[in-house]
Amino acid sequence: MNTEIAVVAFAQTRHSAQDGGLTEVEMLAPVIGEIKQRTGLDRFGFTCSGSCDYLVGAPFSFVSALDAVGAWPPISESHVEMDAAWALYEAWVRLRHGDVDTALVYGFGKGSQGVLPEIFTHQLDPYYLAPLGVDQVSLAAVQARAYLERAGAKEDDLRAVAARSRAAGRDNPYALHLPDPGDEGYEVAPLRPYDIAPVTDGAAAIVLAAGDRARELCERPAWITGIDHRAEAHSPGARDLTRSESARTAARKAGAEDVQVAELHAQFSHEELILREALGLDDSVAVNPSGGALSANPVMATGLIRIGEAAARIHDGSATRALAHAASGPCLQQNLVCVLSGETNG
Amino acid sequence: MSSEAAHVVEFPGGYTRSVGPVIGRFLTELRDGRLVGVRTAGGRVLVPPAEYDPDDGEAVTGEFVEVGPAGTVRSWSWVPRPRPAHPLDRPFAWALIQPDGADTALLHALDVGVFEEGADPPRFLKTGMRVRPKWRQERTGSIGDIECFRPEVTLINAPTRLEYRLRPGRALDRFLQGIAEGRILGHRCPECGQVIVPMKGLCPRDGVPTTEEVQVADTGTVTTFAVNNLPDPRAPEVPFVSAYVLLDGADLTMLALVAGIPADRVRIGMRVKAVWRPREEWVASMDNIKWFEPLDEPDVPYERIKDYV
Repeated sequence: MNTEIAVVAFAQTRHSAQDGGLTEVEMLAPVIGEIKQRTGLDRFGFTCSGSCDYLVGAPFSFVSALDAVGAWPPISESHVEMDAAWALYEAWVRLRHGDVDTALVYGFGKGSQGVLPEIFTHQLDPYYLAPLGVDQVSLAAVQARAYLERAGAKEDDLRAVAARSRAAGRDNPYALHLPDPGDEGYEVAPLRPYDIAPVTDGAAAIVLAAGDRARELCERPAWITGIDHRAEAHSPGARDLTRSESARTAARKAGAEDVQVAELHAQFSHEELILREALGLDDSVAVNPSGGALSANPVMATGLIRIGEAAARIHDGSATRALAHAASGPCLQQNLVCVLSGETNG
Repeated sequence: MSSEAAHVVEFPGGYTRSVGPVIGRFLTELRDGRLVGVRTAGGRVLVPPAEYDPDDGEAVTGEFVEVGPAGTVRSWSWVPRPRPAHPLDRPFAWALIQPDGADTALLHALDVGVFEEGADPPRFLKTGMRVRPKWRQERTGSIGDIECFRPEVTLINAPTRLEYRLRPGRALDRFLQGIAEGRILGHRCPECGQVIVPMKGLCPRDGVPTTEEVQVADTGTVTTFAVNNLPDPRAPEVPFVSAYVLLDGADLTMLALVAGIPADRVRIGMRVKAVWRPREEWVASMDNIKWFEPLDEPDVPYERIKDYV
């Protein structure tokens, strides 16, 4: 069994707020090409991807993405209809088996092709929620209100999260470069447009490797010392929306203490505040130095990018322990926490 | 040149789903106009019902409990610009509503009245608000059998209007006749000598009839005032100032509007002058004086007006 597994390479597109006229596979292919070149690998022990067919509105659209990988002779491959952070989790489990020592993980999403808040209506319970036509932003705003009232926080606290995220994003060449939050009316109160992650097209890829293979492929591998994901009840009225118990549990299981950097998959500004509390992040932790999802949100790749950005801080030596978080489902229903370290467990 | 195609993914006529016994019972009761929850093994009541307790995964009991239909808003969001798929086509709220007798909350639309597109949420919309379902006339067994929720009744708006035929009386008739000519008249009391404006034909201090007519100035001094924040038909713009003005030559103050100065700069002792409407519009009514405006004169010391405050 492999116990030492690391992120050895990370690549992403320069994300775009507009449809650049490329198909998903055309958008993904350069990222796969780049990560193959950087690792010198063109075959992997396992390949796993995360994407959502509803974004382009075509069944099994993820299959054509394999054209970017090159799947002949047949490769060992899998897919999750989720953010690719969960594809990384599957690849990590697969590497633990010990018979393969490299894995390619990728995710991609073109948010520009449909109406995202309404596409996400179709991930909701089809009996009680979807028939109401309730959209993703409206539900997030219900959670934001509940959090503000429980925590005694103000809308200005949300704005501060957006302002900090956008400022950091302007220093990230891959993120959208968005202006400081202006004087904007409500999108769905209490959320204003800047509290909501922007529509984004983009893709990302990560290579995982085990043990000595990781040391060969990367000067300073970002070792995964813990990774865990937990889900809560789907019904927003059956759980405490003001806290993220699943994120807290995942962090505890993943051993998320003493991190210097945290990349959080917060698609709405209040989600960052809920997650900071659940993950026990104090002001000494640099949260979302990349600008986070509020600066670029290529859905289905956004969570994987959090792991890539956190790993990049280990790769470049600017951090020794980093936390990456990914979320899925309405109102932070499901949360994944991955802890990365410049040193192996033992 | 780029091109794009409209692309639609749809199940024409909708997608048919089995609902099972738990959700099915809820929807059947809903069709009959009742809201029910299901009891968990631990004794909690889940609304809307689920097959399993979200806390521990235990199968729920078969016991269905009628709840609500009134409930309490636990959280809400406000949609200033509804989307096509939304249940209302004007601003409304989404709310998590905990029906009375339930331990969980149901998400539904909450209609709190008619608002212009883009409106901010009304102040009365609050967590804790009491609401009830608005049932659809024709129900089919779906969550949409409740059209939306509405606040419980906490206010009524009662029509209040009476009509009168009033005559001013002899003294006031004479006063208004003066006003129609641009003059402000009063009576001097034969006992105490004070000038009463407008006159009543009696001295309120001495209780004796008065007849000696005196004309007073249309300038005066503010003895006290109020800043009004509720619009009035005579002063639709708020805030406006109403003041007691002691006209020069009079010994009683008169209630009047003060304008031509920001509300926060009006002061006791301020000198003012009546602003008359154009002469051709004069009638026998106090409307001839629009309001009083400041005079460029030093304020009157409080000591000199304190007996009139």
